[in-house]
Amino acid sequence: MKRAIPSIITLCALFLTACGTPAAASTSAQKQTTLTVFAAASLTDAFNEIGKAFQAAHPGVTVKFNFAGSQTLRTQIEQGAPADVFASADMSNMTTLESEQLAGASQVFVENQLILILPPNNPANITSLQDLSKPGLKLVLAANVVPVGKYALQSLDQMNTAFGSDFKTRVLANVVSNEQDVKEVVAKVDLGEADAGIVYISDAIGAPNLKSIAIPTELNVIAQYPIAALNNSTNKNLADTFIAYVLSTDGQATLKKWGFTPVQ
Amino acid sequence: MTALRRFFQRIASRGHHDWLFVTPSLLLVGLLGLPILALILRAINKSFFTDALSPSALSALRLSLITSIISVAIAVVFGTPLAYMLARWKFPSKNWLELLIDLPVVLPPSVAGLALLIAFGREGLLGSALSQINITLPFTTAAVVIAQTFVAAPLYVRSARIGFAEIDIRLEEAARVEGANQWQLFREVMFPLAGRALISGAILTWTRALGEFGATILFAGNLEGVTQTMPLAIYLGFERSIGVAIALSVMLVGVSVILLLLTRRLEKRN
Repeated sequence: MKRAIPSIITLCALFLTACGTPAAASTSAQKQTTLTVFAAASLTDAFNEIGKAFQAAHPGVTVKFNFAGSQTLRTQIEQGAPADVFASADMSNMTTLESEQLAGASQVFVENQLILILPPNNPANITSLQDLSKPGLKLVLAANVVPVGKYALQSLDQMNTAFGSDFKTRVLANVVSNEQDVKEVVAKVDLGEADAGIVYISDAIGAPNLKSIAIPTELNVIAQYPIAALNNSTNKNLADTFIAYVLSTDGQATLKKWGFTPVQ
Repeated sequence: MTALRRFFQRIASRGHHDWLFVTPSLLLVGLLGLPILALILRAINKSFFTDALSPSALSALRLSLITSIISVAIAVVFGTPLAYMLARWKFPSKNWLELLIDLPVVLPPSVAGLALLIAFGREGLLGSALSQINITLPFTTAAVVIAQTFVAAPLYVRSARIGFAEIDIRLEEAARVEGANQWQLFREVMFPLAGRALISGAILTWTRALGEFGATILFAGNLEGVTQTMPLAIYLGFERSIGVAIALSVMLVGVSVILLLLTRRLEKRN
């Protein structure tokens, strides 16, 4: 034991010097700042790309993302999670935070629409939206607290009017799972466990191996995505700069590339 | 209360070094106890019973009870012979088999869920053969039971194996001399003597099955009345109605306390 003590001290010293050097170097160069963005799961691919471009344009800035269902993010912000920017897939989660004085004034930065996705081998042989009511089909939706789940139900309401009175009831009888966010719906279809899922067009673009069936505009829903700086942000200026970048030509082009509809 | 005061008086009278033990202990106990206390305090309000008796809470409770009891039954029926073999028989690669059985206990639930999907899913290793004969497991109550059994049954096997191994080998030899066959030996000697270990193993398995979350949500999905067990309803209820989530959480805490008390009693009598 006695012999061990000097070596422990040496180890500690080594550890301290090892840690000390890079920290000293970075303070001399540029101050590192981190921007934390809470964004709807459907924005995963597009925002990861936007984050990289933003970091490249702003040296010393690290953008960290937390992707989840907008309702999960809203709850986390309400419970005090530290974040600078919130990008929601629906208006209601954003207006809740605005009314609670947790988010500043929001603006719609992009729109999205729904699409039906199928596994590559299309096991249930679905060729039209009407096929969704075939008995025994395994349909996966997001839960109705998740924006995309809420939109899917609205779209089914419109299909109900178009295809016949009990269409929605028959489709809902085929729902085998209500997932927590849109990416989990994609995963269940991608694994081939579900016969179909209703997600955003942007998700279908992000998963090109899946088959998809378009939902005509008159049966579809336009999802508006608002973005806002959060009032508890420790770096409001940087948060506003990020939002401005999302709304810029470059930011909108990236969003368009991933299947979103730009608003600018 | 006086016992507690005596405890603190004893600490105070025995010099300041005792605080080296008491202070860190109190901090850790605080960390473990405070969340449970907070949960119970938040649950004490007028809407507790309406939340606890709401249809979605009740259907989650019913589903959790049914599936976890089936999982325990499977663990006991299939796990007891396995535990007996592991405790008493000698065969090659036994160490590896024991490791395999312990593995699900330490695996993250998400790994368990993914592994179950890849094995029993429609496109899975065994699942694709099953779907040929029109059996699909994901999104069914059976999938919930499989997920629970996968993560919880190893606890029973482990406890039962230790119980069987602790029985004096001379008792077995004596029974054999008396002319008992393998089945009689198991029924008349091993089972009664290892009984406590079997029951406490079954209770531990039951608590683990009741709490199963990650593997279930990945493998079985989330549908009220079919696959939405209490932990899933709590997770979803967090965003829908925090009252139902808290009511269900407190119910699970209560059940867990009762089951843990039972296992402690069994262990003490041993």
